[in-house]
Amino acid sequence: MSTHALLTLYNRRCVSVADIPLLEVEEFAAALASSIASGWRIVSLFGVPEDTRALRLCAVLANDDRGLLGATCALVRQEYPALSTSCRQAVRFEREIAEQCGAIPTGHPSLKPLRRHPPDHAPSAWTLPPKNREDFPFDVVHGDEVHEVAVGPVHAGIIEPGHFRFNAHGEEVLSLEIMLGYQHRGVERLLEGSERGRAVLVAESIAGDTVIGHTGAFCGAIEALARSHKTPRAQTIRGIALELERLANHIGDLGALSGDVAYQSSAAFFGRLRGECLNLLMTISGNRYGRGLIRPGGVLFDIPPTMTSEVLRRVERLREEVRPVAELLFENASVQSRFDGVGVVSAEQCRAAGYVGVVARSCRVPVDVRHDFAYGVYRYAQIPVATAWSGDVYARAIVRWLEVQRSMEFIVEQLAALPRGEVLVDCGALRPSELVVALEEGWRGEIAHIVMTDAGGHIRRHKVVDPSFHNWSALSAAMPGNQISDFPLCNKSFNLSYAGHDL
Amino acid sequence: MRAATLVFVMLLAPLIPGIASRTRSILTARRGAPVWQLYSDLWKLSRRGSVYSRTTTVVFRLVPIVLMASVVIAASILPLDGRSAMLRFPGDVVAFAYVLALGRFVLVLGALDTGSSFEGMGASREVTFAALVEFGFFIALASLSVATRELSLSGMLGSPALADTWSSSAPALIMIVAGLFVLLLAECSRSPVDDPTTHLELTMIHEVIVLDHSGPDLAMILYANALKLSVIGALLARVAMPTMELSYAMRVGVLAVGLFAVGVGIGVVESAMARLRLPKVPLYIAGGSALSAFALILLLQ
Repeated sequence: MSTHALLTLYNRRCVSVADIPLLEVEEFAAALASSIASGWRIVSLFGVPEDTRALRLCAVLANDDRGLLGATCALVRQEYPALSTSCRQAVRFEREIAEQCGAIPTGHPSLKPLRRHPPDHAPSAWTLPPKNREDFPFDVVHGDEVHEVAVGPVHAGIIEPGHFRFNAHGEEVLSLEIMLGYQHRGVERLLEGSERGRAVLVAESIAGDTVIGHTGAFCGAIEALARSHKTPRAQTIRGIALELERLANHIGDLGALSGDVAYQSSAAFFGRLRGECLNLLMTISGNRYGRGLIRPGGVLFDIPPTMTSEVLRRVERLREEVRPVAELLFENASVQSRFDGVGVVSAEQCRAAGYVGVVARSCRVPVDVRHDFAYGVYRYAQIPVATAWSGDVYARAIVRWLEVQRSMEFIVEQLAALPRGEVLVDCGALRPSELVVALEEGWRGEIAHIVMTDAGGHIRRHKVVDPSFHNWSALSAAMPGNQISDFPLCNKSFNLSYAGHDL
Repeated sequence: MRAATLVFVMLLAPLIPGIASRTRSILTARRGAPVWQLYSDLWKLSRRGSVYSRTTTVVFRLVPIVLMASVVIAASILPLDGRSAMLRFPGDVVAFAYVLALGRFVLVLGALDTGSSFEGMGASREVTFAALVEFGFFIALASLSVATRELSLSGMLGSPALADTWSSSAPALIMIVAGLFVLLLAECSRSPVDDPTTHLELTMIHEVIVLDHSGPDLAMILYANALKLSVIGALLARVAMPTMELSYAMRVGVLAVGLFAVGVGIGVVESAMARLRLPKVPLYIAGGSALSAFALILLLQ
């Protein structure tokens, strides 16, 4: 165990940048590999330009069983030995670093760009030759009857753009490669360069369906760096909003899953009930997706007593209405036969690759930030972690249903015992030369906002990791051996964000 | 009179998918599209222009015409009025099946003509399942032929023998009707085999092979499919309710009731169950064929 190479830290607690170990790249690689072997996983691995010639690699690791986070750094030149050779979880992160910072990890299996944009976090003296898409061809499976199917980036439904390339033998998928990046907006640069009032709007727009989740993590990081202490009332309202967002999306997903197997009855009902959840967020925040609710220092809108009773009544009614619909879905044999055994992710795959959220919980890996790295209201009101065993579409659906029930319970309990007090406090200047990791359990899974300040108290680096970044590779790992006609169903059961990945 | 019945069925055809979708919206507590939605769609499409991909050839443009013609010819082989068809000859059963198959063949050629991998996949699925359905369909018709000792559709469905069979061996005929309904859902690309409402290219069977057609061409294809549903529905209705003895108006009335029932039946199935996984579809079709096969065994005794 090489924890001496890791600085231990906690969710939303700042540490001084100077306290983080600064290792040689070989030590750094060894520290990552040995930590991962002893049960840690990578939350984020990113580059920060140190001076004109050197890049600081920062790794943030999590130990879910012990509720600990760890941080470590290394200084590297433009070419350095790839960490991926000894640490599988670093593969995607190093592709990102190669693209964002222009670094060249030698020995990396494939530096195919994740998003296709010019480097925007590179040390200024590095030479950055432009990359051509043509230099990175799609993986091809050779064989007499193997055929390629290309889907997207323009899809038939109203969804985000992404390209899926299948190699298939008849109806059986041999491999799936996912190419994203069409939604890249330069979120991290925008968060670093904008003043706070604008940056929070950017945070709200990272993924349109995870407004509360991303804004909560963003504000958590800013508040920690400003030593601003939210009131209990504000924390509870944030918790309620986060669970409402989870309800809306999980219920919507259950409806979409029903729709994808052409089970019309529950598709229509779930669709309506999703609307009810969004309307509840509308009542609280004035926006169906909760925009404008969460701001550094607390929340902008209080829930007055009359609204409390109204929201309580509506959540109770939702509880009564959603149960029979879920029973309709889960007790239908034809639906079960579609969900069972499709798109299996095993617990071993999950631990090795570091998947998070619903995907991990559906294969018996009980990771949940609300439980493992409790923050805000979740320190006082625990929500049981919902897990399932089989790791297939059915498991991901049933985990969503369990979480729907528990979120409704949570909302009812919290509304009934809303703490008194203000909802917004001051949030001043940021402390200089500190690092904070703010984790939040969004409805898809672990959202991480990692903020590093410079000596002047300005944001030096704002790293965002959406759960989709971890989990897109789970979808490509789950598809081989499945029917190509089951892909849309399988994809829906993951329901990952394109915008959240592309940033 | 026979021509009048054909015109009646051709006018009524777009209503049947509407009835199915209306039934589905009622059963799933939605407001849903109006029952005459397909008429509006056809009217809308017929006023638009068609777009042709540069990779397609004349085959692609022939699709709507040949498909439409094949279904109309199939309709004129079927004794829609309950007595006899416009075209009748010994063995026209086989012609009926293969004229419909010709339409599908051209549709699949058109799909391959576009060079799209989706359409290729859809075409492969379409012909695989069609080949299986064909087998079941012939068993059902063979059973009818055995029951009525006739070799033409007009003879089978328009002869008093069918009514006699209902009184002598009703269970066999019930199995044929049930088997034909199972096959109808597969043949006309309805749930649980196909999902006419999906937008997901990778799961589609029939929808994906008409993806590149547009405007009046698409209107003709949609119409031909609706008419095919009515034609097979009419066959089902005629087997289920022989009307040899009734007046013309009554016979056409019974046909309309039968088609309405088919529409409602499709709607009920579509709201009661999820679509089957693609590898299970052959089993489903085999189940429908097995029903007819049992009927054949009963009738051969």
